[in-house]
Amino acid sequence: MARALEIKDLKKSFRLGFIPRSREILKGISLAVEEGEIFGYLGPNGAGKTTTIKCILGLIFPDAGSIEIFGQSNFSHKARASLGFLPENPYFYDYLTASEFLGFYADLFGLERGQKQARISSLLGLVGLDQAAGLQLRKFSRGMLQRVGLAQALINDPKLVILDEPLGGMDPIGRKELRDIIVRFKDEGKTVFFTSHILQDIEMICDHVAMIVGGKVVRQGPLQDIVSEKVLFTEITISGISPEELAGLGQEVAVKADRVFLRVYDEERIEDVLRLTAARKGRIHNLSCRTETLEDIFVETVTKK
Amino acid sequence: MKIGAIAGITFKEAKRDRILYLLFFFGAASIVFSRVLAILTVGDRVKIIKDVGLASINIFGVLMAVLIGTSLVYKEIDKKTIFTLLAKPLHRAQFILGKFLGLVLILFVMTAAMSAIFLAVVYLHVFMIDWKLLVAITYIFIELVLITAVAVLFSTFSTPILSSIFSLAFYLIGHLSWSMELLIQKARSPLTRGFLRFLYLALPDLENFNFKTEAVHGLAIPSSIYAWSVLYGICYTAFLLGLAVLIFRRRDFV
Repeated sequence: MARALEIKDLKKSFRLGFIPRSREILKGISLAVEEGEIFGYLGPNGAGKTTTIKCILGLIFPDAGSIEIFGQSNFSHKARASLGFLPENPYFYDYLTASEFLGFYADLFGLERGQKQARISSLLGLVGLDQAAGLQLRKFSRGMLQRVGLAQALINDPKLVILDEPLGGMDPIGRKELRDIIVRFKDEGKTVFFTSHILQDIEMICDHVAMIVGGKVVRQGPLQDIVSEKVLFTEITISGISPEELAGLGQEVAVKADRVFLRVYDEERIEDVLRLTAARKGRIHNLSCRTETLEDIFVETVTKK
Repeated sequence: MKIGAIAGITFKEAKRDRILYLLFFFGAASIVFSRVLAILTVGDRVKIIKDVGLASINIFGVLMAVLIGTSLVYKEIDKKTIFTLLAKPLHRAQFILGKFLGLVLILFVMTAAMSAIFLAVVYLHVFMIDWKLLVAITYIFIELVLITAVAVLFSTFSTPILSSIFSLAFYLIGHLSWSMELLIQKARSPLTRGFLRFLYLALPDLENFNFKTEAVHGLAIPSSIYAWSVLYGICYTAFLLGLAVLIFRRRDFV
């Protein structure tokens, strides 16, 4: 079975500046997205994430390499008909109402009138904008624009959804709702390829991630293979014991009122802290293990490069 | 269908442009003012009204085509709305044609509105409609369609200001290129004559659409000339749009 998206050795340079000098943005990107998975594409600003997406969408012509969507060239109409795209910071025709806007995009796919109306209503409901159907887009907040942008990306019921920073500019509730929608896409059998700076979100919903730094994919694989269960340190909040007594058992992070926030790196020392607290009749308010997160791995990978 | 959708959205966007209404206002004012000029003139007053009226429709129509045409494609790229459009199964050629047709539609509405005012002013003066004026207006509109194609062509690779300058230069050259024939006759060297002849063929001759004098003075024109002018307009417009599509198809949208 063909992969949802397959990129092989993608290269792209731009000639920039008053006296044009060639700058290589993508230096041989290769990645594969399997059908039905949620794929997170991470990288610092200027790494080449959006350039990769533009190459996938045919907005930019690569210098070398190939891109296939469900086994078809990304420039073919069949491939385009199977994908939906939400850009970063979307701007749309702000004089149109949400319904008119979606109607225009439905016309680009040749949807019939009845089918079009049903699709628009269901999409506005899905993104929580059914009350704003008749409102002009100029009156929309950033989060609402992001939602209507997502609705236009889904107007053709695509098999592959490409989202460029979809969670940016959304409030926590909006972010949660969007995460839920993305997870629902997976349940419906859709494939999602998305970029985000909010790594906790990626960690929560992605099956597979790729990290791009300086135009190269430096790490990729299933999320569970990348993020281990390794405990980095244990955070303990104690009261009733002076910070001096705890010196040597861990790293003191802060002291607030009578509470000491301690970070213990050696697991054997945790027992010592608990024993000392019991002996001094102190009190443990919190004890939590901090495991390695995607953010730790991302920061480590980026700084290493 | 897709071209129609793009044309529709272009029409909606263009009709919201304040420049359009400003130019329409000045165009209409200029047509009405021709009646005042006629009162101050000694001789055939109706000819003044017809001359000034047709020239107003032409000049303000060209300004509309250039100022709106050069910004429409640029705006889509600048505001990045083009990203979501071209990510759909839409050929870049369909996008360009849609933009062009939307603009032609708005120019048709504006030309029709200015013409209605013009014909009303003429009617109030002579109490009859001169149908030859409609022929002149039709050819002005064909010229506007061609100028729109020029504006769209430049807007595929340049900024609105530069595109406007290029398009207006194209319009001026187009109305002066007929004088190249005189130069060819006067040139002594065959090499110079050959070069001038090439230039004359390559440059547009917008005088092919100028039937204003004939309409004002009621002169007869063979139908073959009318047909030739239409054919010239269609071919030149198709050539310009083809060139625009060719440039647009190779563009990277960074």
